[in-house]
Amino acid sequence: MTKGKKILAHAVLILASFLSVFPLYYMLCGATNTSIDVVRGKLIPGTYLVENFKSLVANQNLGLAMANSFRNAILMTLITLLVCSIAGYGFEIYHDKAKDALMSVLLLAMMLPFVAIMIPLFKMMSHWGLVNSWAAFVLPSISTPFMIMLFRQASRSFPNDIIEAARLDGLSEIGIFFRMFVPIMRSTYGAAMTVTFMNAWNSYLWPKVVFQSNASITMPMLVANLKSGYSVDYGMLMLGVLICTLPTAIIFLCLQKSFANGITGAVK
Amino acid sequence: MKKKGLNMEQKRSLTGWAFLLPAALLIFVFCFYPMVQALILSFQKGTGSAVQPAGFANYVRILKDATFQQCLFNTIFYFVIQVPIMLILALILAQLLNSPNIKGKGIYRTMIFLPCATSLVSYSMIFKSLFANDGLVNRVLSTVGIPTVDWFQNAWAARWVIVIALVWRWTGYNMVFYLAGLQNIDYSIYEAARIDGASPLQQFVHLTIPLLKPTILLTAIMSTSGTLQLFDESVNLTAGGPGKATMTLTHYIYNISFVETPKFNYAAALSVFILVVVAVLSAIQMKVGDKRD
Repeated sequence: MTKGKKILAHAVLILASFLSVFPLYYMLCGATNTSIDVVRGKLIPGTYLVENFKSLVANQNLGLAMANSFRNAILMTLITLLVCSIAGYGFEIYHDKAKDALMSVLLLAMMLPFVAIMIPLFKMMSHWGLVNSWAAFVLPSISTPFMIMLFRQASRSFPNDIIEAARLDGLSEIGIFFRMFVPIMRSTYGAAMTVTFMNAWNSYLWPKVVFQSNASITMPMLVANLKSGYSVDYGMLMLGVLICTLPTAIIFLCLQKSFANGITGAVK
Repeated sequence: MKKKGLNMEQKRSLTGWAFLLPAALLIFVFCFYPMVQALILSFQKGTGSAVQPAGFANYVRILKDATFQQCLFNTIFYFVIQVPIMLILALILAQLLNSPNIKGKGIYRTMIFLPCATSLVSYSMIFKSLFANDGLVNRVLSTVGIPTVDWFQNAWAARWVIVIALVWRWTGYNMVFYLAGLQNIDYSIYEAARIDGASPLQQFVHLTIPLLKPTILLTAIMSTSGTLQLFDESVNLTAGGPGKATMTLTHYIYNISFVETPKFNYAAALSVFILVVVAVLSAIQMKVGDKRD
């Protein structure tokens, strides 16, 4: 690569990086400034963070939304990982024609837009008396073809020798899964965990449908509430956005590689 | 002679079924069954004990629904404009980040990928504030002497805000797919092409795009399905406005199901329509993707 081309490449990448990060920097500054300053576009951190926090807490039940969001996302992640990993393992390790056929049927579910099944799902949840419960949030998204595929692909690289040796040692089939597969596949679990947690945390449409009482409010719903009313307090809004983004941003920055492997993993 | 009970193979096969059954059942109960229900709903009218067959009445109604046509237009606009811009940008960035002698690749990648960490509601709020009437974008415009735009009062401006926001949120996401794809390609192909005198543009068009075709196809299908299901941005960034100029199909279906007096049957017909569109567009993309083999 010649020098000129290199400079051009860097210029493009710097511009793209700047544009990607700038709105987040704007959010950070906004959370520490007054509403007027945010709208004016003040781009240096201010001293209004505590006031913004006070008005946010006075305005919305922040603790409740945080607790709900963490509970929903953690339960969703744990159950999804268990159900989908054992299914992916079952599909691959014990595969035969019937199981492969079932997998291709399940893959069709990837094509279904959520909005197409939303109304019957809502009717189902209200029929079962589950509206406003975490179960209603979790149930429809526990099992996804994507996650099953991710673990099915991972099982492909699980050495058959280990299975045979474990069987000779008298380990049961389920024992092999929990004692051999799970520890060896830590990185796949890491990737699946990151993706599932972030999706669960950020989910908005389905919670908006199924969480109808104020007691079941989640963080994205809280952020959406902040913009209603006659005048928007942008400082408070940006602080809400920041708080809602922090958990996923921390996970993202720590487990970036995992996340990238998670979203691209099932398609390799 | 037949053995009594199950032999080892059969036992293991059954174990496999037991392992995958919970996941498979969940998909049938919470995906396929509701889809069938939606289909049935779309051919009915009335609620509770007054349910009656409606034939194609709900579908006929779609054709005469002006709001639906507006939302369909908006959704198609986002699809036709935003998806190509985003995918081409993502391809270019991935190509740049894949060249071996660029320093600081890790930092660039992290920064460009970072928007993925924000929830759709959160980034909608950030862009709402950036593009507010007296917000930062208009301030910058007026400083450099360009007339300001009333972003959320002007239908086309508001649509472009949504497109810009979507490109910001999803370019890095797609770039990661392309980077994963490019890493499977031996870089010496590019060296050889350069020795043969291929320009960077020629390398991009004749090497990168054909080699990444499966990945491009995948991202195109994901983006198609994602665009047709846009909701969070339409609700929180523009509230569907001005009027209904930026409202998406999913936003409209949500409104007629849960905001106005519920019209579940009609909403079900609309959602079946979206399903068909997603399926047809994905099929077309796969056909086109297969052709140039």
